[in-house]
Order: sequence, then C-alpha cells, then structure tokens
Amino acid sequence: MSQKEWPLWEVFIRSKQGLDHKHVGSLHAADAEMAIQNARDVYTRRLEGVSIWVVESKHVHASNPDDAAAFYEPANDKIYRHPTFYTVPDSIKHM
Amino acid sequence: METAELTQEEQFQARIDADVRIEPKDWMPEAYRKTLIRQISQHAHSELVGMLPEGNWITRAPSLKRKSILLAKVQDEAGHGLYLYSAAETLGASRDQMLADLHSGKAKYSSIFNYPTLSWADMGTIGWLVDGAAILNQVPLCRTSYGPYARAMVRVCKEESFHQRQGFEIMQTLCEGAPAQKQMAQEALNRWWWPTLMMFGPKDADSPNTEQSMKWRIKRFTNDELRQKFVDMMVPQAEFLGLTVPDDKLQWNETKQGYDFGDVDWAEFWDVVKGNGPCSRERLQARVQAHEDGAWVREAALAHAEKRRQRAETAAA
Ligand SMILES: [Fe+2]
Ligand SMILES: [Fe+2]
Repeated sequence: MSQKEWPLWEVFIRSKQGLDHKHVGSLHAADAEMAIQNARDVYTRRLEGVSIWVVESKHVHASNPDDAAAFYEPANDKIYRHPTFYTVPDSIKHM
Repeated sequence: METAELTQEEQFQARIDADVRIEPKDWMPEAYRKTLIRQISQHAHSELVGMLPEGNWITRAPSLKRKSILLAKVQDEAGHGLYLYSAAETLGASRDQMLADLHSGKAKYSSIFNYPTLSWADMGTIGWLVDGAAILNQVPLCRTSYGPYARAMVRVCKEESFHQRQGFEIMQTLCEGAPAQKQMAQEALNRWWWPTLMMFGPKDADSPNTEQSMKWRIKRFTNDELRQKFVDMMVPQAEFLGLTVPDDKLQWNETKQGYDFGDVDWAEFWDVVKGNGPCSRERLQARVQAHEDGAWVREAALAHAEKRRQRAETAAA
C-alpha cells in the first residue's frame, strides 16, 4: 500500500457572479483537475458556487499572527484616513 | 487589558473569554490542540462510519424518490466527514494518521453507528432521531472557539435539517399507513430510542473532560443538558406520530418545565464504546476494506498526475 498522501489543496468558491472567491476549506487530490472535481462534490452540492479556485496548500504564504500588533501598527494612528475624521458644516448636503 | 502581566496561557484564556475565535496559526496550549484533534477527528470518523448503516438500505429503498433522497443524505455525511478532517488538519493532524487510527480501532466514533438497521423504518428513525440528536450536539458547535471547526459546523448544520425532515417524513408516511407499517415504525423507535440518548455521552458526573472543554468554549452545553433538551423536543413529535416512547419513567414535570425520564443502560453504553456493539466489528471491517480496496486508485492517480507533470515539463523545455 502506498505511504504517500495526496497533496492538500485550499478551495475558494465564488458563490455567485459579481462576488469574490471565498476560502471554504481544503481537500486532498492527486492534481489540480481532480481537486476541482472533488471541490465540486464536497463544497457545492447545493449550488453554493459558480466558480472554483484551488491552490496547493504548500503555496499559501501567511502573515504571522504573533507579529500582528506591530505589523498593523502603521494603520493604527491614522484616523484621518476615515471620513468621520472631518467635520462637514450642517448646511452642506451630499457629502 | 494589561497583557504584559499575563502569561501566554492567560492571554489565550482571556481571548476565549472575550469570545475571540482561535485560528490555526495562533498560539494555543498543547492540551487545547490535542483535545480539538481528538474531538474533531472522532466527529469526522462518526460521519464516515455513519454512512454504513444507511448505505445498507440504498439498494432496497421502497421507491426511486426515497432512494435518491437517501443517496443524497449519505453523500452529505461523506461531505461532513471531509469538512471535519480538513478542520483537524489545520491543527497539524495528518489525514492518513487519523484514518489509520480509525482503522486500527485506536480512535473512537459515535457508538450509535454500531447498531444494526433491520427495517426500512430504521431509515426514518435514524433521520428523525439520530440526526435530530446530532443537530442538538452540533448547533452549539457553530460557535465553538476554534474557527475552522466552527465554520465546518456551520456548513454541516445547514445540511442536517434536510436529514431530519426526510427521516420524519418517512416516519409520518409509515405511521399513516397500514397497521403493519405503523408497527414497523414503533419497533424501530423502540430499538433506537435508548442508543440515541447515549449519543450525548456519559452523565456529567462521569465526564471529567467537560469542565475544561466548557472553559475553553469548545463545548457550550453539558451532556445532560443536551440530553434533557432532546427528550423535551422529541416526546411531542413522537406523540404527533402516534408512537410510544419506550420509557415507563417518562413523565412531564411541571416544576422544571421538562420531562423526567429513565436512566440509560450505562453498562451497555460503555460496552459499545469499548468496541463490543452489535455491529462494531462489521463496521470497522467495512471501513478497512473500503480503504484497502481503494489503495490502487490512490496510487494510480498519483502516478497519473506525476506522468502528466513530467509530460508538461518536457513540452515546455
Ligand atoms: Fe452529518
Ligand atoms: Fe446527518
């Protein structure tokens, strides 16, 4: 019996035209074609999708949650990036 | 929050207490990881083995409609197993290892699937009662503290209510049919009622892991709380069908606004958990055989993928 596992793939599904692909889970498959077929059977049995992306899990690079505080710090003190930072006179409409 | 003074473990507990979900790459205590891997893989194994008692009736369903429905339900259970294995893998568990543990008998699965399915009414009872109990167990898990597990459970729960309704419909059809059909339904209820109550696990007093699991918000209700909810939910449904719940201690308790009910045969429960259920051997054998019979397919698919990869490389060169 083979000791080798089929590679792991991450599955992304567009639930309807106009929306973006969203991560839904993972599965094992020998190649991309089989991964897409398996994704159809596992994740879209009730018309949950109109388009499927699969990416071999080993190709996904992720940020490190332990660094999150420092990593996102630059955005922390820039409240002027939000429209609520500005006062608009009451008499001004449509802004 | 003065996180600087907290240990890593205290910070973790503080996030749990604040209902912040834990994600795969976040720091977590080893015991939390181990508990989750055990629980999620057991859950996955249950979905997988759970296909067998119902698979038994696919070729003998009474009509094409019932056959298509049962086929779709069993396929859903396979899907549930796959969602859950995928969630366990985010914790570092390997799929092959989990399956090896199931096949060697080291890993457990729900004891309910070690009972035989003797008549068509068992398909109704399983959908109505067993999936009904599963729903009660699973709905709170949609808010469990580990993100990938919670998300898998949301998907599972969406599909379970179809399972329960198709089962109830089978029961209703039998109960409105000939006396022999109604008797078949009653006999199925008699056989499945107690094993279904066992699905919620041992009594709280005999469930030492519950407290820690509640603290980590993996579990949100105790076994006895869920068992009580189940009885309160099911008794009126059995009454609607005109069936008798096989428990002479069953009685409405006005003060607690719930039913009092008899005690599960815990000796039987532990015996089935130990692998001595009426179908334990058969189920495991069927699983192992399916896995072994599929070995050549897994190997051939890998070889085929490799050959295509090499061909594509040669063509590109
Ligand atoms: Fe299921
Ligand atoms: Fe189900």
